[in-house]
Amino acid sequence: MSGGGRGAPVLERPTEERSRGRRRRSSSTRARQDARTGLALISPTFVIVLVMVVLPILWTISLAFQNVRLLNLRTTGIIGDYSLDNLRAVLGSDGFVNALVTTLVYAVGGTAAAIGIGLVAALALRRPFRGRGLVRAALLLPYVAPVVAAAFVWSTALNPQYGIVNEWGTGLLGWDDPIAFLSSRSDDLSLFGLDLPMPTALLTVIAFEAWRSFPFAFLFLTARLEAIPDTYEEAAGIDGATPTQRFRYIILPQLVPTIAVLSVLRFIWTFNNFDDIYLLTGGGAGTEVVSVRVFNYLTARGDIGAAAAQALVLAAILAVLVGTYLRFFGRSEESA
Amino acid sequence: MSTATPQRSIRNTVEERALAVLRPVVIVALLIAALLPFYYMVLLSFRPLDSLLRDPGRLWLSFSEIEFSTYRDVLAPVDGGGQGFFTFIQNSLLVALGTVVLCLLVAVPGAYAVSRLEFFGRRKISALFLAVYFFPSILLAVPLFVFYTRIGLRGSLIGLLLVYVAQVAAVSIYMLRNYFDTIPQSLEEAAAIDGCSRLQVMRRISLPLAMPAIVSNALFIFMIAWNEFLFALLFLVERRDNWTVSLGLSQLAGSIEVPTTTLMAGSVILTLPIIVLFFLSERWLTGGLTAGAEKG
Repeated sequence: MSGGGRGAPVLERPTEERSRGRRRRSSSTRARQDARTGLALISPTFVIVLVMVVLPILWTISLAFQNVRLLNLRTTGIIGDYSLDNLRAVLGSDGFVNALVTTLVYAVGGTAAAIGIGLVAALALRRPFRGRGLVRAALLLPYVAPVVAAAFVWSTALNPQYGIVNEWGTGLLGWDDPIAFLSSRSDDLSLFGLDLPMPTALLTVIAFEAWRSFPFAFLFLTARLEAIPDTYEEAAGIDGATPTQRFRYIILPQLVPTIAVLSVLRFIWTFNNFDDIYLLTGGGAGTEVVSVRVFNYLTARGDIGAAAAQALVLAAILAVLVGTYLRFFGRSEESA
Repeated sequence: MSTATPQRSIRNTVEERALAVLRPVVIVALLIAALLPFYYMVLLSFRPLDSLLRDPGRLWLSFSEIEFSTYRDVLAPVDGGGQGFFTFIQNSLLVALGTVVLCLLVAVPGAYAVSRLEFFGRRKISALFLAVYFFPSILLAVPLFVFYTRIGLRGSLIGLLLVYVAQVAAVSIYMLRNYFDTIPQSLEEAAAIDGCSRLQVMRRISLPLAMPAIVSNALFIFMIAWNEFLFALLFLVERRDNWTVSLGLSQLAGSIEVPTTTLMAGSVILTLPIIVLFFLSERWLTGGLTAGAEKG
């Protein structure tokens, strides 16, 4: 998946082609049989994906241009009244634009924090010590644990009445009042006599996202770190490079391609995320991301057309963002 | 130059000392951050509710107050005064195991075909499958919700299972294909020369060799299906008897009548199987998770 990884199949292909050519000359029936077997083996998956993923997505496009509600669902078919009303209403509404901005802030913040913490963790655990395997496994727990349970524990711990965070904060850290981490849109943070407005709930859900997905970054970066030969660093050390210099000039350049891939993956997943925010805040207090908004339109309002239109815009924006990123950075990454 | 070297080495010593202190501090901080929520979960599940409300900041249990009734309450059926988690566990198991079996049934042959056999559209199909992985699931949620409402599959576990298989099979094929690619072709060619047909080769040579990957893949699928929330919420929310553990916990977490400690017991029940599976399979799984990334 990294730059080198993408190159590998290209290198393999010519030899594969050649061997196939040789086989075709000697026994073309075998090749034809293989082709038939291959299609037969892949077709069950293909059919399931076609019916449960591809066709529904095409249908979403159709729904986005119709006035469909849960109530008039039975009477709408493929041939309906197509119009741009949904898209116009969606793109023109403040709520959607706000949700889009929130989604972007959430995705960028969550991705950066997760990769940052993951990098620190990978570097801290780089040198072997007794029990390192166990520590590594323990650090992966937030990533594998069910999101519903994790979110429930967090919201209990952050609860203003009986949560441990506020109890310790007011008791030990001297907070004046309990902080409503999940239901307060904005609080003033006093820092050196200045009152800075902080989007409390949004920061909390970003912290949750960072907590849950830093292990993913940690795992990737650890694997990459282990592949770097020690000799580079030893040589730099002999030349007098200090630890921070060795990180800056030896280790970091080696990690850049991995970090680039991680950024894309994490950004996509955080951008699409529904579970975490729905479970923590329900989309309240300035944390409504597009996924949650689509869900509310779909279930609470039963406005299927508008829900489909917003989901489509979300996917389109994601595609454009990722496409642009790959166009600008994909190539330099390949050469790196 | 002669003055630069000692300066640099002072900086070197300072940095090395600082890092020697910082490293264990960071490790301990990370461990606390990763594990404390789970400790807190287990702790609250054994604490009586009134003790929690009286003293919310305490992080230990006194022996006398350990409470097991939370587990009894959360597992007991609704008409027995409990929350019915036992039924939820059965539903979750049914869906997760069903997804694993069905998904492997279609994905193992599929992955073999993508890895080994040259057929029309082979590369396009793998690209399509990978794209599925990155689609916003909410985009898929809209049409499936409408479709299931219309054909009356909403509320059934079978419908949910089909959605899971469709979503996971694609990833599964991608992961398994990477493993099949690492098995040397020469073994299969030898068997073919001995007169095995393609399917015989697959069953006798490739499948046994791919077993570690298949097992780790099965665990991966199980975890995804067990943890899944969005589609369970969308399809099953009106049918309490069909709730999965995830859905049940999230629905009851909103109500005031169910004590937090009881729901913490529910969280432990939801999390425990995953953690046990994870530690049993840690080596395999971490290998599997990075297999796609570290080819180059």
